[in-house]
Amino acid sequence: MATVFKPDETFRDDYRYGNSDSAILRFPFPFGEDGYMYGVNIEPHSRPGSSGAFAVAFDVDEHYVSECAERATALALEPGRCLVLPHMREAEWDTLELIMESLAADYPDQFALERQGDDWTWTNRPLGLHQRFRFGDATTLPHPPFEYIVRQAQGDFTLQDQRDGTLYIDGGIATTPADWSLAFDVGMTFHEWHGPVPLAHQAGVFDRALQYLMRVRYGHPARRLNWTMTINPRLDTSPENYPLWGPDRASLTAQTIGSRLFLRVELQSFFRLPRSNALLFGIRTYLASLDELTRVPKWGRRLHRVMRDLHPDIAEYKGLSRYHDLLVAHLAAYDDGRPTEPGIAPDINVLAG
Amino acid sequence: MMDTQTLTLAVAEAAFVAPGLRRITLVAADGARLPPAAPGAHVTLALPGETRILRNSYTLVGADPCAGYTMIVRRSERSRGGSRHIHEVLQVGDVIEATMPHTLFALHSQAKKHLLIGGGIGITPLLAFVAHLRARGGLFELHQIAGAGEACVFETLLAPRAGERIHVHAGRTGLDLVALLAAQPLGTHVYTCGPAGLMDAVDATAAALGWPRSHVHREDFGAAGGEPFMLRLAASGIEIAVAGDQTMLEAIEAAGVDTPSLCRGGACGVCIVPVREGTPEHRDHFLSEGERARGCHVMPCVSRSKSPVLVLDL
Repeated sequence: MATVFKPDETFRDDYRYGNSDSAILRFPFPFGEDGYMYGVNIEPHSRPGSSGAFAVAFDVDEHYVSECAERATALALEPGRCLVLPHMREAEWDTLELIMESLAADYPDQFALERQGDDWTWTNRPLGLHQRFRFGDATTLPHPPFEYIVRQAQGDFTLQDQRDGTLYIDGGIATTPADWSLAFDVGMTFHEWHGPVPLAHQAGVFDRALQYLMRVRYGHPARRLNWTMTINPRLDTSPENYPLWGPDRASLTAQTIGSRLFLRVELQSFFRLPRSNALLFGIRTYLASLDELTRVPKWGRRLHRVMRDLHPDIAEYKGLSRYHDLLVAHLAAYDDGRPTEPGIAPDINVLAG
Repeated sequence: MMDTQTLTLAVAEAAFVAPGLRRITLVAADGARLPPAAPGAHVTLALPGETRILRNSYTLVGADPCAGYTMIVRRSERSRGGSRHIHEVLQVGDVIEATMPHTLFALHSQAKKHLLIGGGIGITPLLAFVAHLRARGGLFELHQIAGAGEACVFETLLAPRAGERIHVHAGRTGLDLVALLAAQPLGTHVYTCGPAGLMDAVDATAAALGWPRSHVHREDFGAAGGEPFMLRLAASGIEIAVAGDQTMLEAIEAAGVDTPSLCRGGACGVCIVPVREGTPEHRDHFLSEGERARGCHVMPCVSRSKSPVLVLDL
């Protein structure tokens, strides 16, 4: 995998961001059919899937270096975006080991992990890091173990402690949240932190999803896709910073919506951690503008149909209501009424210029 | 990608710690590191039985990525051949396929004190708990019930340290469960592993004393596998034998029949199949109680059959 990193991207202020043709074609488009409703869309994260983003445990793409820089910026502004409760120390080391092992195995040209007993050496070439440390001894790392490794990974993560027949969100990092707050949610149970989601509770989605997640086994991770939309390629859409990005929702016009409105897809992954028996929940965010996505004919058609027929409660919950009419009108131009193939994969291999 | 489904292990050590107890240590056959494991985790070993491969689950007494997995296996009088193989045939250097470690019996992160009650070979997860709690300074108390002549064996395995509350009782009568549970401080969690009678007694005693249900834990390997049964697919007329260690979905797929599935864990509902005849044994989390009672549908990824034959509309 010869990924060429784009180290000069920004996700705030001047918003310098874009996807290469290959990044568009491997985008995890979340709609497998021409409509959308909540369901338990969880599947094993071990079989090769219909998106290139599913190929490895922790996908590293062309935005890696810039996203790590964005994370460092966000943490410098608000260190509290990374919170881990004291009883999750073992899960921190589990996370560090899992991510290091996975990156080194999946991208041997970029990452390396050498282990002699508990004496470990970690090399991260894209970020220029070379770290010797003692596994289990937090004083040998520049940050606590969870924060150390998630500063070198794309996407947010939470740590769930499994007890009392449910999962508790007892730690995590959230610098790329889709309008949720780790500081608010920390310590909550699975049903508590999903409280605001409409429609799905009544359908039993969370009861079934919880049962599945509590049975996720080590070595058998699972994944699902979730989505929303964001104006500008802004990763940090946190409730704490709502004044910085909320007003953008009122700023779209027919001329700007194609380039300024982004489909925001979360590749959510679930890993059982071996020592702690905790569950690591990855929330990896992919951003692509409407202009980028509609270069794939199938996705343009389907996006129009999904958005046109979207349940108003879901549109409201995802924050789309204010510009929903504008969005559907814009996408209509990409829907010629022809049928679409089932599944999320693009219908072309090469993008037209 | 971390998609390794099984581990190939080699026997590094095997020794009798008592006439009926053999301790074995397994390392990766290729010398690589093994996955770490939580205290209380088990692995399922594939062992040669008399007629076919047996899959037996054993708790890891110790799990170190470099030193290996240690387990203590009691020779079972009713052995299907698994424990007999470990006791009579297994030698250093033998290669065994195993699952990844899996945890169904875990220490509770919020417990103020851990009360451990073991019976016989049920000591194995408690040994792992004790090692973990010692290393982290967790407050615990252990009571082990030993059969005739085995008290000294368990004393040796537990190697009590000064100041620790570790008691080995010769027989059930030596332990007053009511007094023990009644005397525990608020916030104590009790963990029990051993014969069903002992675990039931701990459950019942705790309930009678008003312990919260969430503070009582017992070893449960879960309902993986079961009795073999026959499947008949009504549409195609195919008959399929479902082995005891195979899911219905796996058997259908192995017969070359294409059927949709997604989570393969009984949650998503994608693999649902109508039942025409027979009585399903539901193990999913998708169907409601009413749907289960009607017995018209089954989730073949986890559920099985109570009747010898199950006829599906497939």
